[in-house]
Amino acid sequence: MKLTLTLNGVRCTDEVQADTTLFTYLREKGCLSVKCGCETSNCGLCTVWLDEKPVLSCSVPALRADGKKVTTLEGLQDEAAEFGAYLADEGAEQCGYCSPGFIMNVLAMSRELTHPTEQEIQEYLAGNLCRCSGYQGQLRAIRKFLAAKGGCV
Amino acid sequence: MKRNYVSTGVRKKDAMSLVTGKPVYTGDLVPANALRVKLLRSPHARAYIRSIDTSKAKLVPGVVCVLTWEDAPNSRFTTAGQTWPEPSPYDRLILDRQLRCCGDPVAIVAAETEQAATQALRMIQVDYEVQTPLLDFTKAKDNPIVVHPEENFRALCDVGTDAKRNLVSSDSFTVGNLDEEFSKCDVVLERTYNTLANSQAMMEPFCTYSYYDEYGRLTVVSSTQVPFHARRILSNALEIPKGNIRIIKPRIGGGFGAKQSVVSEIFPALVTKLTGRAAYLCYTRQESMTNGSPRHQMQMQVKIGATRDGTIRAIDLYALSNAGAYGDHGPTTIGLVGHKSLSLYGSLKASRFTCEVVYTNTMGGGAYRGYGATQGIFAVESAVNEIAAELGMDPTVIREKNMVKEGQVMPAYYGETCNSCTLDACMAAAKEHMNWDEKYPRRVLPNGHIRSVGVAIAMQGSGISAVDTASVEIRLNDGGFYTLLVGCTDMGTGCDTILAQMAADCLDCDIDDISVRGVDTDQSPYDTGSYASSTTYVTGGAVMKTCAELREKILAEGARILGVDPAQAEFDGQKVFVPGTDKSITRAEIGWASYEGHSKLLTACQSHSSPVSPPPFMVGMAEIDLDPETGHVEVVDYVAEVDCGTVINTNLARVQTEGGIVQGIGMALFENVQYNEAGKLLNDSFLQYKIPTRLEAGTIRVNFHPSYEPTGPFGAKSIGELVINTPSPAIADAIRNATGLSFRNLPIRAEDIALAIERQKHD
Repeated sequence: MKLTLTLNGVRCTDEVQADTTLFTYLREKGCLSVKCGCETSNCGLCTVWLDEKPVLSCSVPALRADGKKVTTLEGLQDEAAEFGAYLADEGAEQCGYCSPGFIMNVLAMSRELTHPTEQEIQEYLAGNLCRCSGYQGQLRAIRKFLAAKGGCV
Repeated sequence: MKRNYVSTGVRKKDAMSLVTGKPVYTGDLVPANALRVKLLRSPHARAYIRSIDTSKAKLVPGVVCVLTWEDAPNSRFTTAGQTWPEPSPYDRLILDRQLRCCGDPVAIVAAETEQAATQALRMIQVDYEVQTPLLDFTKAKDNPIVVHPEENFRALCDVGTDAKRNLVSSDSFTVGNLDEEFSKCDVVLERTYNTLANSQAMMEPFCTYSYYDEYGRLTVVSSTQVPFHARRILSNALEIPKGNIRIIKPRIGGGFGAKQSVVSEIFPALVTKLTGRAAYLCYTRQESMTNGSPRHQMQMQVKIGATRDGTIRAIDLYALSNAGAYGDHGPTTIGLVGHKSLSLYGSLKASRFTCEVVYTNTMGGGAYRGYGATQGIFAVESAVNEIAAELGMDPTVIREKNMVKEGQVMPAYYGETCNSCTLDACMAAAKEHMNWDEKYPRRVLPNGHIRSVGVAIAMQGSGISAVDTASVEIRLNDGGFYTLLVGCTDMGTGCDTILAQMAADCLDCDIDDISVRGVDTDQSPYDTGSYASSTTYVTGGAVMKTCAELREKILAEGARILGVDPAQAEFDGQKVFVPGTDKSITRAEIGWASYEGHSKLLTACQSHSSPVSPPPFMVGMAEIDLDPETGHVEVVDYVAEVDCGTVINTNLARVQTEGGIVQGIGMALFENVQYNEAGKLLNDSFLQYKIPTRLEAGTIRVNFHPSYEPTGPFGAKSIGELVINTPSPAIADAIRNATGLSFRNLPIRAEDIALAIERQKHD
């Protein structure tokens, strides 16, 4: 079946199977920042944006993205580096495997919530698992990032 | 030595590539033409394969091979990544006709696409002779069901193995006269504690691809903590010479010990060996959970005795470990149960540790952060908390009275002397930061919830004494920058950066002047790998030696060019010069000179091993909020006071601590492992196996109290494993302080607490 979408600002048309997930499609398109950590929609590693809203790409059929805008970390390199620098300065990226999905969601949150409380931050990001960091350093990075952007907590 | 980088929070050298999502992991680098490998797994916990019909599967378009036990080598091996001769018995085949646990591999399919491989799996017809499984590890020894009856079973080391009795290993040691010491005690308690086979749940599953390189050598790219051990294990399993194998480790998406076993490597490697094609296998999360390398399930019996004044005189500890179907890491994890729990108490006049590791038909165990110490410390620390309660003593006070102190000999710790320990300062700081004296034991909030606190202390080792070996090589390049080649494996912990920090300070240079590279077994110097909390301590030691050698070489070469005696010259990191004269040559110029005309390549390579394994120590205190109606426990605050010797990277040590504590909270409260009566694991996804999210992590406050370890680089000890050891006993203590009920089985679930409170009301 034919799928037409805008991937990181570039219009693409591809043939996909009806049961191809957006995750599989994006990896095949070379968006290798998108990772798989489970098969049960629990880990948040495969988070991408569909029309600017974060979704779990493992649970979205690729065809659902037809006519829509899909954004991965490959399309947000400057913003990823901007927030990522705060994460790096805490050493909280650790193995880094959950970082792309987590950062996609942090960037979505920073656009969606203007002055989030700590509880709102934790709830917004609750679906992004990390086994290395214990989440504390991620929170320190978010606080500093939002404070620098004027959206302090 | 001047410290510009050591004891600072330098950013990890690979940080920006990780946070911008660069393709640096095994699964991102797979060649386009690689075959997709899938495994048919046993639905039975114990069965014999009467026959397999693969003819239909082979007809699926795109299928290249379907391999069964008839196609695989017949040499038994262990997947445990340990120094040869491995203490883990050689009890595995790549594909065995006898299946020993649910998920044991039955057949390997390789196909051009994942869909074809998946379809072919469904077309394989297997005739199983289903046998009764042995699932209860407390009944495994001398059970009529023998898990490993095969004749070519081999134990390389004398670890008390007796496969015919289902014994993977057995051991014991005694210090002092137990009976005499117990007879002097006013209070003696006997308690039994149980822990489960927790999953490491690293975010990147087991993942490997393999191919033949241009020299016809089998190249295996894998997410592994043990590249050099993996080379030998693949050689054993595939029956090909080690010299024909090359292992490459890219970035690793977490390990926690899981990848100290060669879990996924063997299958694509066998496909490449037999087909000549590149092959790729990435485990699903389900496979990672059902057939990974989890913590060993254990049952521990503690007999502890103290006098009325709170002096702990004797502990008798027995541990039974469930190896599951295979003995990987079984004989070694069990040792830490005793050595790294009993040694916390310098007051002990007598102690005994007895252990047995048994085979059953559950998933085989492996290495998981803490490696037995976690289980042993849960048991012993819980027992200490229980005897404190029995004596009416504050559990911090009983520890202050009994815990090991700097300068003491630790008889249960291989007789090593404790040369660096600030446990006393850690305890004082923990009490202050937690406001312990005010909060202990509990208070009831207006909403009926109970706030309570609990405490535990912990230790670990720093590398395996006299076994772990690390080598590094450092080269001075043209232009004056250095290349640091390491064989240890940065799995996210940041050891590449930590070693560069040490090298930069040893060489008096900018950290950006050092490029780090690891690991490729064809290019990197030998290292046993990253496990046993060894990289900072052992590989760091190799960095110190190598830098010293390289400094001398640079000085000698600079002096030679300047035409002076090296004894008159100095090297300050930037230049070689003769004090009081204008004779000087920069490092960059020496680098150029060593290349131009090829007079002398300036490189140094040193190995390091330590005869001791100095323990890091810590105190952990948990404050919980317990809802007596539902039994729900929230860890609201956790105070961690840590002595890991000199802290090399302040950020990374902190994050290691925070991460370990949250992993420990999961073990204490949520991470359940349940088998059905047929031996199938039920908690095989993140839906059923609940690791902590950020909502369960609470606030964690970490402080360091560095001792100075004389045998460590810059005075450093280890940090990685220690930090998972306090949450289980500290949280169990807090729950007891809240409810008056002792919980001795992990995890302590809300329903366990609620039901126990109900029962207490009716009693």
